[in-house]
Amino acid sequence: MKTPLKSSLRLSEKHATKSPVTMAVSPKMIKWFSQSWMLVVYVFLYMPIVTLVIFSFNDSQLAAVWSHASLRWYAALMKDNDLISAVLLSLKIAFLSALISVFFGTFTAFALNRYKRFQGRTLLSSMASTPLVMPDVIVGLSLLLMLVSLQHWLGYPERGLFTILLGHALLGTAYATVVVTSRLREMDSKLDEAAMDLGCQPFQVFRLVTLPLLVPALVSAFLLTFTLSFDDVVLSSFLSGPGYSTMPMVIFSRARLGLNPTINAVATVTITVVTIAVLASSFYTSRQERNRKREVAQAYSDMNK
Amino acid sequence: MATAPKANIVREDLLRVEGVTKIFDGAVKAVDNVSLTVATGEIFALLGGSGCGKSTLLRMLAGFETPTKGRIFLAGEDITDLPPYKRPINMMFQSYALFPHLTVWENIAFGLKRDGMPRDKIAERVEKMLALVQLTKFAQRKPHQLSGGQQQRVALARSLAKRPKLLLLDEPLGALDKKLRETTQLELVNIIEEVGVTCVLVTHDQEEAMTMASRIAVMHEGYFMQVGAPDEVYEMPNSRQVADFIGNVNIFDGVIEEDEADHVTVRSAECMHYVGHGISGHSGMSVGVALRPEKILLSKEKPTGDYNWCAGEVVEMVYFGAHTTYHLKLASGKVIKAQELNNTRDLSYGLTWGDTAYAHWNEHAMVVLTQ
Repeated sequence: MKTPLKSSLRLSEKHATKSPVTMAVSPKMIKWFSQSWMLVVYVFLYMPIVTLVIFSFNDSQLAAVWSHASLRWYAALMKDNDLISAVLLSLKIAFLSALISVFFGTFTAFALNRYKRFQGRTLLSSMASTPLVMPDVIVGLSLLLMLVSLQHWLGYPERGLFTILLGHALLGTAYATVVVTSRLREMDSKLDEAAMDLGCQPFQVFRLVTLPLLVPALVSAFLLTFTLSFDDVVLSSFLSGPGYSTMPMVIFSRARLGLNPTINAVATVTITVVTIAVLASSFYTSRQERNRKREVAQAYSDMNK
Repeated sequence: MATAPKANIVREDLLRVEGVTKIFDGAVKAVDNVSLTVATGEIFALLGGSGCGKSTLLRMLAGFETPTKGRIFLAGEDITDLPPYKRPINMMFQSYALFPHLTVWENIAFGLKRDGMPRDKIAERVEKMLALVQLTKFAQRKPHQLSGGQQQRVALARSLAKRPKLLLLDEPLGALDKKLRETTQLELVNIIEEVGVTCVLVTHDQEEAMTMASRIAVMHEGYFMQVGAPDEVYEMPNSRQVADFIGNVNIFDGVIEEDEADHVTVRSAECMHYVGHGISGHSGMSVGVALRPEKILLSKEKPTGDYNWCAGEVVEMVYFGAHTTYHLKLASGKVIKAQELNNTRDLSYGLTWGDTAYAHWNEHAMVVLTQ
C-alpha cells in the first residue's frame, strides 16, 4: 500500500515543476497521506494511555486480560495506603520543589538578563543550564555521593524528603531559569527605565514593574517544574531514604514485580486531573487573549467615533 | 504652525551641559564634547539622523547613561552623578513605556506614590493631569484599551505628574501616524506651555523640531553643527550639511568674484550669483551658494539681467497638491529643484516634461556657505 503512494508522490513532485496539469491529482493524495500520517502518530502516542484507562476499569486480576467492567481497582486504590502516601509525598515534593525552583530561577534569570557584566557571569550562565543537558543519572549519582560524604562528616542530612527536594529543586531551577529568561528577554527594558525615571530604586523596579509582568512566566515555570518533579523517578531513586517513596518510585517498583491493576487506577486518576488542569488553563488563556484583542479593537473604534 | 515661545525673551538658564562626551566600549564616540544651555520655559530640540548621538545625550540628561567626560547642571546643581530616580527630570518615552499591568490612573499616580505623597494629594494631582490631557473618562482603562494617541497623552500626563523641572521627550510623535501627528503636535505644545515646563526633545523629523521647538540643535556624529531658532537654522544654515539636512536645498559650487561690503558675486558653472549681503570671505574663495527650491520662480520667458537666473529642461514634475516641485536639468548637467505654488486650479505655468524653463530668484534668496 505504501509503495504506490510514495511513487505517485515522487511522480507528482517531478511533474509539478514541468507541467502544472498533473498537479490536479497530487494535492488530494498529499492530503490523504498527511491525514493518515497524523492518525498513525496519534494512535502511537495515545493508544497506550487509552488502553491503560480502559484496563483500569477491568475486573480481572490479570492486567492484560479483559473480563468485565468494574471499579474494583479504584476501591483497592482507596485502601492502598502505601500508594496514597506515595502520591501525597510526590505532591508535597513537587509543590515545594516547584516553589524553590521558581524562586531561584527567577533571580538567576534576572541577574543574567539585567546585569551584563559581573564577576563570574559566564560561569553562572553555563552552570544554570548544565542540569538541562546533564543525564539525570549523573546528577543523581553525584548528588548521592556528595550527600553520603556530607552525612559521613556532619551526620547530616539524613536521606529522605529533604534530599529528594534538593535534587528536584536543582533540576527545576535550571528549567525555571530558561522559562523566566525567555519572558524577561521579550519584556521592554524601557519599562524599567520609565519606572526608574519616575523615582523607583532598583529593587522597587523589580517589585513594582518586573515581577507583576513576570507572573504568567512564573506560573508556567511553576507548572513545568511541578510536573518535572512529580514524574521524576531517577533522581528520587538516588536520593530517597527509607520511608520516602514517591509515586513514580512505587509504580516503578510494583511494575517490576508484576503489573498490578491498582497502578492503572492511580494512573487514570492522575491523567484525569492533569487533563482537566491543562484544558482549564488553555481555555483561560485563550479567553484572555480574545478579550484583549477585542479591547484593543474597541479602543481604536472608540477613537474614530 | 504652532507658535512656540521664541528664545529672545531673557530667561535664566535651567539646564547647563558642559563639554559632555560619551564614549561607548572605549571606542565609539557617541557624543563629542557637547555644551549647551537651556533657559527656563524653553523647548529645545535635538535634531539629527539616526546614530547622531541625540538619544545618548538625552539618556545622559535622564541619568540612564553617565558621561565619560563633562558635567551636567540643573538649576545650578551638579546632577552628573545622580541616578535617574533622584533627578527632578522626567521623560516621555518614544514607545510610551506605559506599565501594561496598571490602569491609566495608576500609571499617572506611579511616580507620585514613590515620592510618598499623601493619598488625597495624589488623587487630586492625578485628576488634574487627566483633565489636562482630556482622559478623565478613561482613568480606569489599561493601556492596551487605548488608542495610540490616547496612550501618548497618558505618557505625557505621567511624565508631567511629578512637576519635573525638566521634561525630556524622546521622539514624542514618532509612534503616531501622519494625520494624528499634526493635531497631537499642537496639543502637546499647548499642554507643555500651559504647564510651563522646560523641555528637551529629541527628533529626527525636522518639521516636528521646527513646529515645536524654540531652539534647535542640529546634531551630526556626536557634535552640534548649528544651534539656533528654527528660522535661523533654516534660512541661515552655517554649513552645507545643515542646509542639506534641514529641508531641500540646491547648492551651486562657485568662486567669489567680487567681495564688497554690501554684496558679493559668485561665479558657478551654471550662472552668476549676485548675493545682496556681505559675507566673511575673500575673492577667489571656493564657496557653495545655497538656494531653497521655494525661493525659485519659474517662467517660460527669458529673464532680463545678468545675474541669478539659469535655463533648464523640465525632467521631472512632482505634484503635491498645494505645490509642484519641478526638476530642471541645467546645461551643466546639474539638476535643480524648484517649488511652485499651485495658485490656480489649472496647472500653473503650463510647464511640462521636456519644456525649457527659466529659473530666477532674487538677491536675498541665497546663502553663501563657506564650509
